[in-house]
Amino acid sequence: MARPVRFNIHPKQTNIRDNIALADMPEGEQGEGYFATSFEKIVGLARKNSIWPLPFATSCCGIEFMATMGSHYDLARFGSERLAFTPRQCDLLMVMGTIAKKMGPVLKEVYLQMAEPRWVLAMGACAASGGIFDSYSVLQGIDQIIPVDVYIPGCPPRPEAVIDGVLKIQDLVHNENLRRRNSEHYQALLGSYGIQ
Amino acid sequence: MSLTNERIKERLIEKFGDEVSNFEEPYGMLTFEVPKNMNLKLMQFLYDDEELKFKFLTTLCAVNYPDNKERELAIVYHLHNLIDNIRIRFKIYVDIEKPDVFTATKLFEAANWLERETYDFYGVNFIGHPNLKRILNVDEMDYFPMRKEYPLEDQTRKDKDDEMFGRGGSIGYGTVKTSDDTTIAESEKGNVGEELL
Repeated sequence: MARPVRFNIHPKQTNIRDNIALADMPEGEQGEGYFATSFEKIVGLARKNSIWPLPFATSCCGIEFMATMGSHYDLARFGSERLAFTPRQCDLLMVMGTIAKKMGPVLKEVYLQMAEPRWVLAMGACAASGGIFDSYSVLQGIDQIIPVDVYIPGCPPRPEAVIDGVLKIQDLVHNENLRRRNSEHYQALLGSYGIQ
Repeated sequence: MSLTNERIKERLIEKFGDEVSNFEEPYGMLTFEVPKNMNLKLMQFLYDDEELKFKFLTTLCAVNYPDNKERELAIVYHLHNLIDNIRIRFKIYVDIEKPDVFTATKLFEAANWLERETYDFYGVNFIGHPNLKRILNVDEMDYFPMRKEYPLEDQTRKDKDDEMFGRGGSIGYGTVKTSDDTTIAESEKGNVGEELL
Protein backbone atom coordinates (compact mmCIF):
# COMPACT_ATOMS: atom_id res chain seq x y z
CA MET A 1 0.00 0.00 0.00
CA ALA A 2 1.31 3.39 -0.93
CA ARG A 3 2.06 5.80 1.84
CA PRO A 4 -0.51 8.59 2.09
CA VAL A 5 1.80 11.37 1.01
CA ARG A 6 -0.25 14.50 0.77
CA PHE A 7 2.31 17.11 0.04
CA ASN A 8 5.09 17.72 -2.42
CA ILE A 9 3.62 15.23 -4.85
CA HIS A 10 4.04 17.73 -7.68
CA PRO A 11 7.25 19.45 -6.68
CA LYS A 12 7.95 22.72 -8.42
CA GLN A 13 10.90 22.82 -10.67
CA THR A 14 13.36 25.37 -9.45
CA ASN A 15 13.70 28.31 -11.72
CA ILE A 16 17.17 29.69 -11.43
CA ARG A 17 16.94 31.72 -14.58
CA ASP A 18 14.30 34.33 -13.69
CA ASN A 19 14.15 33.86 -9.96
CA ILE A 20 17.38 35.38 -8.71
CA ALA A 21 17.59 39.05 -7.84
CA LEU A 22 20.69 40.68 -9.17
CA ALA A 23 21.75 44.22 -8.39
CA ASP A 24 21.34 46.55 -11.33
CA MET A 25 24.49 47.85 -12.83
CA PRO A 26 24.97 51.49 -11.92
CA GLU A 27 24.92 54.14 -14.65
CA GLY A 28 28.23 54.62 -16.32
CA GLU A 29 30.36 54.43 -19.40
CA GLN A 30 31.57 51.13 -20.61
CA GLY A 31 33.50 49.74 -23.49
CA GLU A 32 35.62 46.76 -24.16
CA GLY A 33 37.46 45.83 -20.97
CA TYR A 34 36.51 48.85 -18.88
CA PHE A 35 33.60 50.33 -17.01
CA ALA A 36 33.58 53.83 -15.60
CA THR A 37 31.13 55.15 -13.06
CA SER A 38 31.19 57.39 -10.02
CA PHE A 39 32.92 56.14 -6.92
CA GLU A 40 29.88 56.89 -4.81
CA LYS A 41 27.67 54.52 -6.73
CA ILE A 42 30.11 51.63 -6.43
CA VAL A 43 30.63 52.23 -2.75
CA GLY A 44 26.89 52.47 -2.15
CA LEU A 45 26.29 49.25 -4.03
CA ALA A 46 28.98 47.39 -2.14
CA ARG A 47 27.97 48.67 1.27
CA LYS A 48 24.31 48.08 0.72
CA ASN A 49 24.66 44.39 0.04
CA SER A 50 27.05 43.54 2.81
CA ILE A 51 25.63 45.18 5.91
CA TRP A 52 26.93 43.67 9.12
CA PRO A 53 24.25 43.95 11.79
CA LEU A 54 24.94 44.18 15.49
CA PRO A 55 21.92 42.71 17.30
CA PHE A 56 21.16 44.53 20.56
CA ALA A 57 18.28 42.31 21.62
CA THR A 58 16.76 42.72 25.06
CA SER A 59 13.36 41.06 24.83
CA CYS A 60 10.67 39.48 22.65
CA CYS A 61 11.65 41.41 19.51
CA GLY A 62 14.97 39.60 19.78
CA ILE A 63 13.14 36.28 19.54
CA GLU A 64 11.39 37.52 16.42
CA PHE A 65 14.76 38.55 15.05
CA MET A 66 16.02 34.99 15.54
CA ALA A 67 13.16 33.84 13.33
CA THR A 68 14.20 36.47 10.80
CA MET A 69 17.74 35.11 10.79
CA GLY A 70 16.49 31.52 10.57
CA SER A 71 16.16 29.49 7.42
CA HIS A 72 12.52 30.34 6.70
CA TYR A 73 12.88 34.12 6.43
CA ASP A 74 16.65 34.13 6.09
CA LEU A 75 17.98 37.66 6.31
CA ALA A 76 21.19 36.28 4.80
CA ARG A 77 19.53 36.56 1.38
CA PHE A 78 19.99 40.31 1.68
CA GLY A 79 23.67 40.21 2.40
CA SER A 80 23.34 40.48 6.17
CA GLU A 81 24.14 36.97 7.29
CA ARG A 82 27.23 38.02 9.18
CA LEU A 83 26.10 39.12 12.62
CA ALA A 84 29.03 40.42 14.55
CA PHE A 85 28.96 40.79 18.29
CA THR A 86 31.50 43.54 18.47
CA PRO A 87 30.35 47.08 17.65
CA ARG A 88 33.70 47.93 16.10
CA GLN A 89 33.06 45.73 13.07
CA CYS A 90 29.41 46.54 12.48
CA ASP A 91 27.54 48.91 10.21
CA LEU A 92 24.02 48.54 11.53
CA LEU A 93 22.92 48.66 15.17
CA MET A 94 19.64 46.78 15.50
CA VAL A 95 17.98 47.70 18.79
CA MET A 96 15.29 45.16 19.53
CA GLY A 97 13.32 45.32 22.73
CA THR A 98 12.65 47.44 25.79
CA ILE A 99 15.53 49.68 26.80
CA ALA A 100 15.40 50.55 30.48
CA LYS A 101 16.75 53.93 31.52
CA LYS A 102 19.57 52.16 33.24
CA MET A 103 20.48 50.47 29.95
CA GLY A 104 20.59 53.83 28.14
CA PRO A 105 24.25 54.68 28.79
CA VAL A 106 25.24 51.14 27.77
CA LEU A 107 23.41 51.45 24.47
CA LYS A 108 24.99 54.82 23.83
CA GLU A 109 28.44 53.42 24.56
CA VAL A 110 27.85 50.62 22.05
CA TYR A 111 26.78 53.19 19.47
CA LEU A 112 29.87 55.28 20.12
CA GLN A 113 32.11 52.26 19.67
CA MET A 114 30.80 51.68 16.15
CA ALA A 115 32.86 53.17 13.35
CA GLU A 116 31.34 55.58 10.83
CA PRO A 117 29.41 55.09 8.67
CA ARG A 118 26.88 53.55 11.02
CA TRP A 119 23.13 53.14 10.90
CA VAL A 120 20.58 52.43 13.60
CA LEU A 121 17.37 50.49 13.32
CA ALA A 122 14.79 50.58 16.14
CA MET A 123 12.68 47.44 16.04
CA GLY A 124 9.33 47.23 17.79
CA ALA A 125 7.17 49.57 19.82
CA CYS A 126 9.45 49.60 22.87
CA ALA A 127 12.64 50.58 21.09
CA ALA A 128 10.76 53.14 19.01
CA SER A 129 8.65 54.77 21.74
CA GLY A 130 8.75 52.88 25.02
CA GLY A 131 5.69 50.93 23.88
CA ILE A 132 3.36 49.78 26.62
CA PHE A 133 6.03 50.53 29.22
CA ASP A 134 5.01 54.11 29.84
CA SER A 135 6.84 53.96 33.13
CA TYR A 136 9.42 55.66 35.31
CA SER A 137 12.03 53.01 34.57
CA VAL A 138 11.83 52.68 30.78
CA LEU A 139 13.42 54.87 28.15
CA GLN A 140 10.64 56.36 26.04
CA GLY A 141 12.23 55.53 22.71
CA ILE A 142 15.92 55.09 21.95
CA ASP A 143 15.92 58.26 19.85
CA GLN A 144 16.22 60.11 23.14
CA ILE A 145 19.85 59.01 23.33
CA ILE A 146 21.01 58.05 19.82
CA PRO A 147 19.88 59.04 16.31
CA VAL A 148 17.71 56.42 14.60
CA ASP A 149 17.47 55.83 10.83
CA VAL A 150 14.57 53.40 10.53
CA TYR A 151 11.75 52.50 12.94
CA ILE A 152 9.88 49.21 12.61
CA PRO A 153 6.47 49.38 14.29
CA GLY A 154 4.83 46.29 15.80
CA CYS A 155 4.69 44.45 19.08
CA PRO A 156 6.64 42.50 18.06
CA PRO A 157 6.93 43.07 14.30
CA ARG A 158 6.65 40.10 11.97
CA PRO A 159 9.87 38.91 10.32
CA GLU A 160 8.55 40.33 7.05
CA ALA A 161 8.48 43.74 8.70
CA VAL A 162 12.06 43.31 9.89
CA ILE A 163 13.15 42.41 6.38
CA ASP A 164 11.30 45.45 5.09
CA GLY A 165 13.10 47.60 7.66
CA VAL A 166 16.47 46.22 6.63
CA LEU A 167 15.59 46.92 2.99
CA LYS A 168 14.78 50.51 3.97
CA ILE A 169 18.21 50.71 5.59
CA GLN A 170 19.69 49.32 2.37
CA ASP A 171 18.00 52.12 0.43
CA LEU A 172 19.51 54.67 2.79
CA VAL A 173 22.94 53.07 2.51
CA HIS A 174 22.69 52.86 -1.25
CA ASN A 175 21.72 56.48 -1.77
CA GLU A 176 23.83 58.08 0.89
CA ASN A 177 26.14 60.85 -0.19
CA LEU A 178 29.74 59.94 0.57
CA ARG A 179 30.22 63.35 2.15
CA ARG A 180 27.15 63.18 4.35
CA ARG A 181 29.05 62.07 7.45
CA ASN A 182 31.32 65.09 7.18
CA SER A 183 28.51 67.57 6.63
CA GLU A 184 27.62 70.26 9.11
CA HIS A 185 24.08 68.99 9.16
CA TYR A 186 25.19 65.55 10.33
CA GLN A 187 27.58 67.01 12.89
CA ALA A 188 24.71 69.11 14.22
CA LEU A 189 22.54 66.00 14.49
CA LEU A 190 25.18 64.19 16.51
CA GLY A 191 25.77 67.36 18.49
CA SER A 192 22.13 67.40 19.52
CA TYR A 193 22.76 64.02 21.18
CA GLY A 194 25.91 65.25 22.84
CA ILE A 195 28.10 63.22 20.50
CA GLN A 196 30.70 64.95 18.41
CA MET B 1 6.24 19.09 69.45
CA SER B 2 7.01 21.54 66.69
CA LEU B 3 6.56 25.24 67.00
CA THR B 4 3.07 26.67 66.51
CA ASN B 5 1.79 30.18 65.91
CA GLU B 6 0.16 30.14 69.35
CA ARG B 7 3.44 29.26 71.03
CA ILE B 8 5.32 32.04 69.16
CA LYS B 9 2.69 34.54 70.15
CA GLU B 10 2.89 33.38 73.76
CA ARG B 11 6.68 33.73 73.85
CA LEU B 12 6.53 37.20 72.29
CA ILE B 13 3.96 38.50 74.75
CA GLU B 14 5.90 36.92 77.58
CA LYS B 15 9.00 38.85 76.51
CA PHE B 16 7.66 42.14 75.14
CA GLY B 17 4.25 42.47 76.77
CA ASP B 18 1.86 44.77 74.93
CA GLU B 19 4.57 46.27 72.72
CA VAL B 20 3.78 43.58 70.17
CA SER B 21 0.29 44.12 68.86
CA ASN B 22 -2.19 43.57 66.03
CA PHE B 23 -1.75 39.81 65.79
CA GLU B 24 -3.27 38.31 62.67
CA GLU B 25 -2.99 35.02 60.83
CA PRO B 26 -3.78 35.60 57.15
CA TYR B 27 -3.40 32.28 55.30
CA GLY B 28 -1.97 30.77 58.47
CA MET B 29 1.04 33.07 58.66
CA LEU B 30 1.52 34.82 61.99
CA THR B 31 1.66 38.59 61.46
CA PHE B 32 2.07 41.35 64.02
CA GLU B 33 3.24 44.89 64.58
CA VAL B 34 5.97 46.38 66.76
CA PRO B 35 7.00 50.00 67.41
CA LYS B 36 9.54 51.30 64.89
CA ASN B 37 12.52 51.39 67.24
CA MET B 38 11.93 47.81 68.37
CA ASN B 39 12.71 46.04 65.10
CA LEU B 40 16.30 45.09 65.95
CA LYS B 41 15.51 44.09 69.51
CA LEU B 42 12.72 41.86 68.27
CA MET B 43 14.78 40.23 65.50
CA GLN B 44 17.67 39.63 67.88
CA PHE B 45 15.31 37.93 70.33
CA LEU B 46 13.74 35.81 67.59
CA TYR B 47 17.24 34.87 66.39
CA ASP B 48 18.79 34.03 69.75
CA ASP B 49 15.88 32.35 71.48
CA GLU B 50 16.43 28.63 71.99
CA GLU B 51 12.88 27.81 71.08
CA LEU B 52 12.06 30.29 68.29
CA LYS B 53 15.28 30.13 66.18
CA PHE B 54 14.22 32.52 63.40
CA LYS B 55 17.64 32.65 61.77
CA PHE B 56 16.74 33.44 58.17
CA LEU B 57 15.48 36.72 56.73
CA THR B 58 13.36 35.76 53.73
CA THR B 59 12.55 39.23 52.53
CA LEU B 60 12.01 42.80 53.53
CA CYS B 61 9.98 45.46 51.80
CA ALA B 62 7.91 48.56 52.34
CA VAL B 63 4.31 49.50 51.67
CA ASN B 64 2.97 53.03 51.30
CA TYR B 65 -0.40 53.83 52.89
CA PRO B 66 -0.87 57.54 52.05
CA ASP B 67 -4.07 57.86 54.12
CA ASN B 68 -2.51 56.43 57.26
CA LYS B 69 -1.34 59.72 58.77
CA GLU B 70 2.08 59.63 60.44
CA ARG B 71 2.17 55.90 59.72
CA GLU B 72 2.43 56.22 55.95
CA LEU B 73 5.23 53.73 55.41
CA ALA B 74 5.07 50.15 56.62
CA ILE B 75 8.28 48.12 56.57
CA VAL B 76 7.55 44.42 56.47
CA TYR B 77 10.01 41.71 57.54
CA HIS B 78 9.55 38.04 56.71
CA LEU B 79 11.46 35.61 58.91
CA HIS B 80 11.85 31.87 58.57
CA ASN B 81 12.62 29.19 61.12
CA LEU B 82 14.39 26.61 58.99
CA ILE B 83 14.28 23.87 61.63
CA ASP B 84 10.57 23.85 62.34
CA ASN B 85 9.81 25.25 58.87
CA ILE B 86 7.58 28.04 60.08
CA ARG B 87 7.40 31.60 58.83
CA ILE B 88 6.36 34.84 60.51
CA ARG B 89 5.93 38.39 59.35
CA PHE B 90 6.11 41.61 61.32
CA LYS B 91 5.57 45.22 60.41
CA ILE B 92 6.80 48.54 61.66
CA TYR B 93 5.21 51.84 60.68
CA VAL B 94 7.06 55.12 60.20
CA ASP B 95 6.21 58.69 59.32
CA ILE B 96 6.94 59.42 55.65
CA GLU B 97 8.42 62.79 56.66
CA LYS B 98 11.01 61.09 58.84
CA PRO B 99 11.43 57.52 57.57
CA ASP B 100 14.32 56.48 59.84
CA VAL B 101 14.66 52.79 60.68
CA PHE B 102 17.54 50.82 62.19
CA THR B 103 19.32 48.62 59.69
CA ALA B 104 19.19 44.84 60.00
CA THR B 105 22.50 44.34 58.19
CA LYS B 106 24.39 43.65 61.40
CA LEU B 107 22.15 40.67 62.07
CA PHE B 108 21.47 39.41 58.53
CA GLU B 109 23.87 39.99 55.62
CA ALA B 110 20.91 39.42 53.29
CA ALA B 111 19.36 42.65 54.50
CA ASN B 112 21.99 44.71 52.68
CA TRP B 113 20.53 44.66 49.18
CA LEU B 114 16.94 44.32 50.40
CA GLU B 115 17.32 47.55 52.35
CA ARG B 116 18.95 49.26 49.38
CA GLU B 117 15.96 48.25 47.27
CA THR B 118 13.53 49.51 49.90
CA TYR B 119 15.44 52.78 50.04
CA ASP B 120 15.48 53.00 46.24
CA PHE B 121 11.72 52.66 45.84
CA TYR B 122 10.32 54.11 49.07
CA GLY B 123 13.08 56.30 50.48
CA VAL B 124 13.28 54.50 53.82
CA ASN B 125 16.43 55.71 55.57
CA PHE B 126 18.13 52.71 57.17
CA ILE B 127 20.35 54.07 59.92
CA GLY B 128 23.70 52.31 60.03
CA HIS B 129 23.49 50.70 56.61
CA PRO B 130 27.02 50.35 55.15
CA ASN B 131 26.14 51.43 51.59
CA LEU B 132 22.71 53.00 51.35
CA LYS B 133 22.36 54.04 47.70
CA ARG B 134 20.11 53.18 44.76
CA ILE B 135 20.33 49.60 43.52
CA LEU B 136 17.80 49.17 40.69
CA ASN B 137 16.94 52.62 39.38
CA VAL B 138 19.22 55.07 37.62
CA ASP B 139 21.41 57.06 39.99
CA GLU B 140 20.08 60.36 38.62
CA MET B 141 16.53 59.60 39.75
CA ASP B 142 15.45 62.27 42.22
CA TYR B 143 12.35 60.71 43.74
CA PHE B 144 11.11 57.42 45.14
CA PRO B 145 8.90 55.95 42.43
CA MET B 146 6.82 53.46 44.42
CA ARG B 147 5.42 56.10 46.76
CA LYS B 148 1.80 56.61 45.86
CA GLU B 149 2.15 60.36 45.36
CA TYR B 150 4.09 59.70 42.13
CA PRO B 151 2.16 58.41 39.11
CA LEU B 152 3.63 55.34 37.46
CA GLU B 153 3.78 56.87 33.99
CA ASP B 154 6.65 58.86 32.58
CA GLN B 155 5.49 62.47 32.90
CA THR B 156 7.66 63.80 30.09
CA ARG B 157 5.68 62.17 27.28
CA LYS B 158 3.43 64.36 25.13
CA ASP B 159 2.58 62.07 22.24
CA LYS B 160 0.33 59.52 23.90
CA ASP B 161 -3.38 59.74 24.65
CA ASP B 162 -3.36 61.20 28.14
CA GLU B 163 -6.71 59.72 29.10
CA MET B 164 -5.34 56.23 28.52
CA PHE B 165 -1.91 56.79 30.00
CA GLY B 166 -2.44 58.43 33.39
CA ARG B 167 -1.54 61.99 32.50
CA GLY B 168 -4.32 64.53 32.81
CA GLY B 169 -7.69 63.28 31.58
CA SER B 170 -10.37 62.61 34.15
CA ILE B 171 -7.79 61.30 36.63
CA GLY B 172 -5.91 64.59 36.74
CA TYR B 173 -2.46 63.09 37.41
CA GLY B 174 0.42 65.31 36.44
CA THR B 175 -1.69 68.35 35.63
CA VAL B 176 -2.09 71.75 37.20
CA LYS B 177 -4.97 74.22 37.03
CA THR B 178 -4.25 77.75 35.94
CA SER B 179 -6.05 80.77 37.39
CA ASP B 180 -8.37 80.99 34.39
CA ASP B 181 -9.46 77.43 35.18
CA THR B 182 -7.84 75.62 32.29
CA THR B 183 -5.96 72.39 32.93
CA ILE B 184 -2.44 72.05 31.59
CA ALA B 185 0.22 69.39 31.92
CA GLU B 186 2.61 69.89 34.78
CA SER B 187 5.54 69.79 32.37
CA GLU B 188 4.03 72.80 30.56
CA LYS B 189 4.09 74.88 33.72
CA GLY B 190 7.23 76.73 32.68
CA ASN B 191 5.66 77.79 29.39
CA VAL B 192 2.83 79.86 30.88
CA GLY B 193 3.34 83.05 32.83
CA GLU B 194 3.75 82.98 36.59
CA GLU B 195 0.65 85.11 37.08
CA LEU B 196 -1.55 82.39 35.58
CA LEU B 197 -0.72 79.79 38.20
